[in-house]
Amino acid sequence: MNRNISISFGLHILLVIITAMSLPFLSKKPINLPPIVSVELIQISDQTSIPFAPKAKKIIEKIKEKEKKLVSEQAPPKIVKKEKPDVVPLPDEKIDKVKKIKDEKQNPEKIDNEVKQVSEFEKDNLFDPSNIAALIDKSKIESAETEKKTDKVTQDQDKSVDFSGLSLSEEDALKAQIFGCWSIPLGLPYNEDLLVRIKLQLKPDGSIMKSEILDHARMNRPGQGFYKVLAESALRAIKLCQPLRVPSTGYERWKDLQLNFDAREMLEG
Amino acid sequence: MLFRYLLLLILLPIKSFALIEVDITRGNLSPLPLAVSPLSIDEKSKEGFKKILQKENIGSEISAIIENNLKQSGLFNPLNKDAFLQKPEIANLKPRFEDWNLIKAQALITGKVNLVDDKLRVEFRLWDVLAGKEMMALAFTTVPSNWRRVGHIITDKVYERLTGEKGYFDTRIIYVAEEGSKINRIKKLAIMDQDGFNNKFLTLGNELVLTPRFSPTNQMVTYLSYFKNLPRVYLLDIETGMQEVVGDFPGMTFAPRFSPDGKKIIMSFAKDGNSDIYTMDLENRIVERVTNHSSIDTSPSYSPDGKYITFNSDRSGYQQIYVMNSNGKNVKRISFGNGLYGTPVWSPRGDLIAFTKLHKGKFYIGVMRTDGTGERLLTENFYQEAPSWSPNGRVLIFYRETKTNAKGEGFSAKLWSIDLTGYNEKLVETETDASDPSWSSLLSN
Repeated sequence: MNRNISISFGLHILLVIITAMSLPFLSKKPINLPPIVSVELIQISDQTSIPFAPKAKKIIEKIKEKEKKLVSEQAPPKIVKKEKPDVVPLPDEKIDKVKKIKDEKQNPEKIDNEVKQVSEFEKDNLFDPSNIAALIDKSKIESAETEKKTDKVTQDQDKSVDFSGLSLSEEDALKAQIFGCWSIPLGLPYNEDLLVRIKLQLKPDGSIMKSEILDHARMNRPGQGFYKVLAESALRAIKLCQPLRVPSTGYERWKDLQLNFDAREMLEG
Repeated sequence: MLFRYLLLLILLPIKSFALIEVDITRGNLSPLPLAVSPLSIDEKSKEGFKKILQKENIGSEISAIIENNLKQSGLFNPLNKDAFLQKPEIANLKPRFEDWNLIKAQALITGKVNLVDDKLRVEFRLWDVLAGKEMMALAFTTVPSNWRRVGHIITDKVYERLTGEKGYFDTRIIYVAEEGSKINRIKKLAIMDQDGFNNKFLTLGNELVLTPRFSPTNQMVTYLSYFKNLPRVYLLDIETGMQEVVGDFPGMTFAPRFSPDGKKIIMSFAKDGNSDIYTMDLENRIVERVTNHSSIDTSPSYSPDGKYITFNSDRSGYQQIYVMNSNGKNVKRISFGNGLYGTPVWSPRGDLIAFTKLHKGKFYIGVMRTDGTGERLLTENFYQEAPSWSPNGRVLIFYRETKTNAKGEGFSAKLWSIDLTGYNEKLVETETDASDPSWSSLLSN
């Protein structure tokens, strides 16, 4: 009996010792801290305000030389304009006409976009003589200009939106809103040229200041009953939807807006 | 030089923005919400109509017809009258658009009814609530008993103004009214308004009648009836009730139908054991053969311009739909889908052909373009056939046979309508069982 008690006691003691020995806080090993590294915090704007790399500077100087030559040698030709004859609409293709007119307006903007999305180092290939005046003016304040140009990577992207219209998400939001408001008259034929173009003048809150049907004369022409019905339904949709879901900023760029209502896709099923 | 710099400085800050264009190519296809305000009526007229028509308020009755028609079309959603804020007599004078805007009405119908020299005079106006302007104003004067028709005519005008296509409400439907068991079926010719009211039986039911068809130009009907077990083609004038036999034809005769000018009828009958298509001039009764083929050619239907005929034939081995010139030349098969195709009917708009299709034991009513492309099956059921177009080519009426209970016992035949979207399927209420419907042209034309 005593023997059993002493064995049990001994084993318990052993257990306590093993536990105490293996616990980490009892080991008391020194902590090896990593060596201290000093970190200098730099403003990102400072970082990006560093003047152009020597290569970039040379390229800009070349551009300036070219500007001077062009100003003295010739009147600024519009490169974009050369494309115009190709996009003149055929007289008998009414539907295409509208689309092509749109392309005409959008082409220059698309080129704008391309220019602005290309890196600064490739700009000499995309030199636009129509902007000479602006470049000359900028050259006077070269030091400040360089700072601005380095910022341009982000700012230019915004500007491209300014000039080319609404961004995809802004356009989608507006479209989605009007889709919900437009009750398409289902009795209309799907195989006729029924495109209603409405020009809007908007207030900053997106409400309608003025709406104008661009082919208004067609509404009262005999045999254009379908067009009239569609035009009225489009006007109802705009009124029902207002205030329109327009961007909260950039009023100047969207205060005039044109909506092209085309129901063919829906009517054709 | 200084001037140039100044000009440059003035012009530089001016930003020019291209006009933003947004293409709207989708919209919602949900019914247009509109309010049909009860037509206002003065007390004197109310009393007058009460005596003549035994109706408490004829103004409300007419507006109920308009509302029901618009709802049945599936294109409009007439709003609940309980939500109306403006009283009919005030709304008729000058609607308060804000009130109608509040209940989300996009269009509003107002009007008034008067008894003038024992005649019914109805004025109505259609308003664009969102634009706050009048879209249409018309007045009708007729005998008081025509009050239902006035409701239908107003609906047609509103429908046309808001959808751009002619309405189909001031029309009638002729059909075969059926009673009794399937073996001893009594079949009578019957006619009713398109909404199921004013039902009348035109024959007594002593003889079997089949396939009544309206003339596209007037209120004439042609139909087939068996007299002493011989098929006869009849002409019936709905207005006068006059009836005449066009001719006795041998063997199996099917589906007489008018030409678009109403001067001919086209049908198929079996001669020498072979069924072909024939026309008969209604003036001189001269019969001309149009097809001459060893196969079975039946169910002919003219295109609205009268230049083409569509029919079904089994000349390819299976029953399919064909189109040919009205002189029988240039026969072309247009249906190539799986199954059997029959009863082709050319749309009054000319762009589509409606048909019945049998595939894997089920019957479908569908439409396809006149060259056979764009086949769309609108409705499917155990047994249904004989589509007939509304005069504007937007809705089809057909009949469907069903079992009367869930165990599959009994037998019932009813008229149904469906529009081209395939979503707006409605039962057309009839007093008895009904089959073989045919839609009239607009009565007010």
